[in-house]
Amino acid sequence: MATQHSRSAARLMMAPAVILLLGWMLVPLIMTLWFSFRKYLPLRGGDQGWVGLENYARFISSSSFWPAVQTTLIIVGGVLIITVAFGIVLALLLDQPMWGQGVVRILVIAPFFVMPTVSALVWKNMFMDPVNGILAHLWKFFGAEPVQWLSQESLQSIVMIVSWQWLPFATLILLTAVQSLDSEQLEAAEMDGAPFLKRFWFIILPHLSRAITIVILIQTIFLLSIFAEIFVTTGGAFGTRTLTYLIFQRVLESQNVGLGSAGGVYAIILANIVALFLMRIVGKNLDT
Amino acid sequence: MGRIQLNQVQKKFGDVEVIPPLDLEINDGEFVVFVGPSGCGKSTLLRLIAGLEDTTAGHIEIDGDDATMLPPAKRGLAMVFQSYALYPHMSVRKNIAFPMRMAKIPQDEQDRRISSAAKALNLTDYLDRRPGQLSGGQRQRVAIGRAIVREPAAFLFDEPLSNLDAALRVGMRMEISELHKKLATTMVYVTHDQVEAMTMADKIVVLHAGVIEQVGSPLELYRNPRNLFVAGFIGSPKMNFVEGSEAAKHNAQTIGIRPEHIDVSTTEGAWQGTVGVAEHLGSDTFIHIHGIPGCDPMTVRASGDVMVNHGDTVYLTPHEEHIHKFDAQGLRIG
Repeated sequence: MATQHSRSAARLMMAPAVILLLGWMLVPLIMTLWFSFRKYLPLRGGDQGWVGLENYARFISSSSFWPAVQTTLIIVGGVLIITVAFGIVLALLLDQPMWGQGVVRILVIAPFFVMPTVSALVWKNMFMDPVNGILAHLWKFFGAEPVQWLSQESLQSIVMIVSWQWLPFATLILLTAVQSLDSEQLEAAEMDGAPFLKRFWFIILPHLSRAITIVILIQTIFLLSIFAEIFVTTGGAFGTRTLTYLIFQRVLESQNVGLGSAGGVYAIILANIVALFLMRIVGKNLDT
Repeated sequence: MGRIQLNQVQKKFGDVEVIPPLDLEINDGEFVVFVGPSGCGKSTLLRLIAGLEDTTAGHIEIDGDDATMLPPAKRGLAMVFQSYALYPHMSVRKNIAFPMRMAKIPQDEQDRRISSAAKALNLTDYLDRRPGQLSGGQRQRVAIGRAIVREPAAFLFDEPLSNLDAALRVGMRMEISELHKKLATTMVYVTHDQVEAMTMADKIVVLHAGVIEQVGSPLELYRNPRNLFVAGFIGSPKMNFVEGSEAAKHNAQTIGIRPEHIDVSTTEGAWQGTVGVAEHLGSDTFIHIHGIPGCDPMTVRASGDVMVNHGDTVYLTPHEEHIHKFDAQGLRIG
């Protein structure tokens, strides 16, 4: 089958798909790079020509740049820690035989099906509203002063909302990993005198390491670009402005495409630095 | 020390009684083999002794102390699993050290026991490898090593050789027997292979549907099977059972005669039949003979140089002193 002729025919037939995907990636990337070197103010004179690295210098010297990077990393890190930790606990619990297992598993996965905008609005209005929210009622029931979630504890609230959305994903991946653990290994460890915590530490956790790696890698990619949750809750106020949100503000609120594009290039660099670190730290788990 | 005693031990899964109440005594230093067809409850019985399953009723005593309620780790038993159950992310050394690490044995003592176990099991060169880099036989030895270093009261083996190829199995069989002689520790061994049971055991326990059919030394079981099940299960090829008029001549419902206790002749004998398939093993030939009343086909072991062809007429003579007689309930007579 794999003659020279059929191979070149195969390449020819794959070409349209490859070219389309490549174009889909390259055109926006090149446009971003192109605009980042120009002074482009759509409502204030349009494209006003080449400015060199001025946009880059302005973006990075802006007082909101480093706080935005910090916010981004806090949200990504916080959500990763919460989803992986609770994901492991939930996966272990869901692995136990129990009545109504199928229904419970579907319920656990359910948050993942809710659109980010919707879930963030539900959290904002039904849970975190300082007057009518369930949490406010709970606080009042115990005689405490209700927390002004999205203004006083804004960053924690966003981390909470996003963790709620991503916990099902982590749980699902980790549950399949837990289920693939050979039960004889656990029994052997039990015979060897390891109590539950030691079995968890020495047998279950190493077995889960590859699944945890996958959860961290995939979630990081998506969490670096979260937007809807911030847009509909705090609107970037109260220290919840991530890098993505800052770029959005530069382009659409300040109507400065050039500056926003420069920010976009910084976001690409940040994502690559994070990816490099992750690959170094956890990527070796994928080899074995 | 490793004396294990089961008193009226019973196991139910839900409403299904897997093991009806049974008594069994395993003496210190004995090599006991549980043998039976798959699903007979032999593995469940072993797991009850290990403590991996809870007993529904009855008591398990280890060295005279009631261990029924003890967790597996406290019973002082070590188990070798069918899948070896090695920890894939640990080196061989760490695998073997794991039970000692859990027991907080000092490091130098750990090293001493690891090196002596590795020497005994030919694992010295492999201590820093991962289980994934070892062959089946080596993994098996690591699993045994992990059991040895605990210096347990008794070893439990759950079909440890069934994942190995035939040649390796014979070798490991010898090694385990050798190990038993050297350590003189009680070993309880579960298998469905009656050859393993016959070659290794001091005492065989034949199980059938959770019930102990017979307990005895290999030769005792071979010579005096208590009932039809044991008679048919022990010995290879399996015993021929003859029913009808031939059995009635011996005042029995069924008579049993092993293939090695029948003479074959082309000229004269007690029974006449025609040759079916002949299996030539070189040293022996197993001939399946059709047309014997009450038993079809009858298997006969002849010496390797007996030459018969498919369809030949032959005459068979059983050795009278080796005929086993069974009554209508399948129990042995006399």
